[in-house]
Amino acid sequence: MLRKALFTTALSLSTLLAVSVQAAEVNVYSARQEGLIKPLLDDFTSQTGIKVNLVTGKANALLQRLRSEGRNSPADILITVDAGNLYAAKSAGVLQPITSPALDAAVPAAYRDPDGQWYALSMRARPIMYHKGKVDPSELSTYEALADPKWKGRICIRSSDNVYNQSMVASMIATLGEARTEAWAKGFVANFARPPQGGDRDQIKAAAAGQCDIAIANTYYLGGMLNSQEAKDREAAGEVGVFWPNQADRGVHVNVSGAGVTAASRNKTEAIKLLEFLVGDDAQKWYAEVNQEYPVKSGVAWSETLSAFGPYKADGVNMGQLGVHNAAAVRLMDRVGWK
Amino acid sequence: MTTVSFPDQTDPACHRTWRFGDVWSWGVVATALTLALPVLVIAGFVFVPATEVWLHLKETVLKDYIFTSLGLMIGVGVGVLAMGIPAAWMVSLCEFPGRRLFEWALLLPLAIPAYIIAYTYTGMLDFAGPVQTGLRELFDWSYGDYWFPEVRSLGGAVVMLTLVLYPYVYLLARAAFLEQSVCVLEVSRTLGAGPWAGFYRVAIPLARPAIITGLSLALMETLADYGTAQYFGLTTFTTGIFRTWFGLGDPAAAAQLSAILMGFVFLLILLERGSRRRARFHHTSSRYSRLPRYRLSGWRRAGALVACAIPVVFGFLLPALQLGWWAAITLDDWWHTDFLRLVWNSLGLAATAALIAVLLAVFMAYGKRMRSSFMVTAAVRLAGMGYAIPGTVIAVGVMLPFAWIDNGIDGWMREHFGVSTGLILSGTLVALVFSYCVRFLAVSLNTVEAALTKIKPSMDDAARCLGMPPRSVLARVHLPIMRGSVLTAGLLVFVDVLKELPATLILRPFNFNTLAVRAFELAGDERLAQSASAALAIVLAGILPVILLSRTISRSRPGHDTPA
Repeated sequence: MLRKALFTTALSLSTLLAVSVQAAEVNVYSARQEGLIKPLLDDFTSQTGIKVNLVTGKANALLQRLRSEGRNSPADILITVDAGNLYAAKSAGVLQPITSPALDAAVPAAYRDPDGQWYALSMRARPIMYHKGKVDPSELSTYEALADPKWKGRICIRSSDNVYNQSMVASMIATLGEARTEAWAKGFVANFARPPQGGDRDQIKAAAAGQCDIAIANTYYLGGMLNSQEAKDREAAGEVGVFWPNQADRGVHVNVSGAGVTAASRNKTEAIKLLEFLVGDDAQKWYAEVNQEYPVKSGVAWSETLSAFGPYKADGVNMGQLGVHNAAAVRLMDRVGWK
Repeated sequence: MTTVSFPDQTDPACHRTWRFGDVWSWGVVATALTLALPVLVIAGFVFVPATEVWLHLKETVLKDYIFTSLGLMIGVGVGVLAMGIPAAWMVSLCEFPGRRLFEWALLLPLAIPAYIIAYTYTGMLDFAGPVQTGLRELFDWSYGDYWFPEVRSLGGAVVMLTLVLYPYVYLLARAAFLEQSVCVLEVSRTLGAGPWAGFYRVAIPLARPAIITGLSLALMETLADYGTAQYFGLTTFTTGIFRTWFGLGDPAAAAQLSAILMGFVFLLILLERGSRRRARFHHTSSRYSRLPRYRLSGWRRAGALVACAIPVVFGFLLPALQLGWWAAITLDDWWHTDFLRLVWNSLGLAATAALIAVLLAVFMAYGKRMRSSFMVTAAVRLAGMGYAIPGTVIAVGVMLPFAWIDNGIDGWMREHFGVSTGLILSGTLVALVFSYCVRFLAVSLNTVEAALTKIKPSMDDAARCLGMPPRSVLARVHLPIMRGSVLTAGLLVFVDVLKELPATLILRPFNFNTLAVRAFELAGDERLAQSASAALAIVLAGILPVILLSRTISRSRPGHDTPA
């Protein structure tokens, strides 16, 4: 019985291990989940004949894997969401600078690394969302104003464990400084309608259901709900409006998904080709249509849902700054009791 | 009859302890240390001097982490005992309608990953969910007009984890009740003890090692839980470790938090050992007759039905129905994806890991039984620690030494032969299966050990004194006696690997996906409905082993065949 079991094990292992080897390939570590990157990679393969191998995972874990694999890492490209993660990858030394006129032309300077170690692929904003029946948009102005006691018990936002909130606070530290940001965060946390819980969609649903009047969430979550197969999601999303804060000064907080070529890459030419493909018109349009993200390349049409949110002025702070201030942001949130 | 025996008096000359150059001792210690490597790597960070991040943690959030984690453990501990033991007792020793069904149905929640049940219940019960919305529409309430328990809270997390973890206690308690010689209970009844006294004063104390094993598995899983705590916004040790490592960028402080976590586990083990002191739990009677079941009627029957139905309905039926509904409305989304491939990958990995984990467990548990020296015991304990440590932390602990070895070999080969070997182990299924063994060894080890404890040492002594070498004692005496427990261990690991997420996510090779990965990617992106089909597939794939498990246990009662 034991022998039979061992044989079965060996058999299943060898089937699992069977990986085909091809000439032109590029290996991708992606923190974007499979469903939001694989179709694009498949398009790339059918257009260029270059095979793409993919592992998806959480950003910090993939970064750890790149670091420990060192110069032998099989990965050519790291794709990740949130600028903080791109900055962390750069400071860990796992990316390499590249030059590509096509990438420089497509991606605005604020959304790529000055040394060419990473480039943004898509954008999302984190505006104020409000319950249409309970809040008049004229009451809203800036993130800072949400610390005013008049919003007491009316704000929903997720936990400070989440990197979107960490980056948002980091962007405020970058422009306002730590002391002013902390003073703001104290007032802001005091206005929470409930202890932070759930994800971004949950905040939007809570606002729609009346548990709070204001929710802070990324645009693609609202866009996803508006296009959901579930009627309940669409109804809830219909209850809230998007308000673009800080339009008179720095602009609404935005963040990116992005990618860079790894320091260990053995297929650099193919890797650069893939990056250029990902900022091409077709790929840029795909993000907007499928996941309701904003293209980084100007001149690419927005989806209908995004167009309905209206145009906005984005915070022009370089995305790298969000990474620089990330740890300071986490501590600040610990101090003010933002769970 | 039952004896409380003391090892010093029963240890005959045939028992040998530590002997230098002894293959069993060295083999067990070496295997255990290899499996403990990831835990040791993490623990090694403790010696990195504390940074001021540690000071920051201590001043701001550490107290919170401790109290939340403790609260969670106490709540889940009480919950799994209250749900698991009565249910196990009733299906094992009572007769009421539906008992046969409950025997296996009570195990079903085991097939549901904790974070999936958390997502599912939140979808149903939170403020914006169908239940509360329905209530509001029915009574024309609005926010603040009524009280409704908050799902995403400490209490909610206790309920969620209890619902999916009680089967550990149920499973092991049931196996123990079935293994008990009925004479013990009959004697207690001739001495005037009623059914209740028989339960409290005889059956429970005798089943204690098994119950404690189940409880400690549940509590270790509670400590390692990240998905539920994170979704509910709880500040536990595990969420704190992630935040410190990746948010504050301080792996040393994160490892120091992990070390405190391991301290919790040590405390648990010590408490259990301490309370057991030197008593040993085995029967000396080997007479087994058919279990006389208490026939229940009236309110007792209703009570038994309710006590067995609650865990099944809330731990399995409701969540599975919700998942089924979600899967149905997103049918077209996943129909064309490579679903069969995912199923095959998940099952293949789970089967491989289960087999290896059981072989390791039998080897180590038996080695420890034969050569119970301090070294061996300590090494085996250490190897079982991985269960309480979050999967991601284990994954990092596996990644670091593997990559170090790979890069070392590569560097040496480059220097001496001018060839690059690249990564041999990292990023392969070997690393993945190894990390499963590290993480889930405790499950197989505890189950096998509990079974071994119940085998009288006099059996070993007799076999050894009759000239059998240890191998044969294991193969011809112990394995046949505990084959039910060995199968239980394998099936438990199988189901656990099927549900495992973080280590799979980070250690798997290119283009390799499992059901858990698919379910999580969608659920993590807050597309609950889309994730349901993969989650449901995990549940369905887990049901078969769970039913097998139940049949094994029913048949495991020595001395006669229970019709399955």
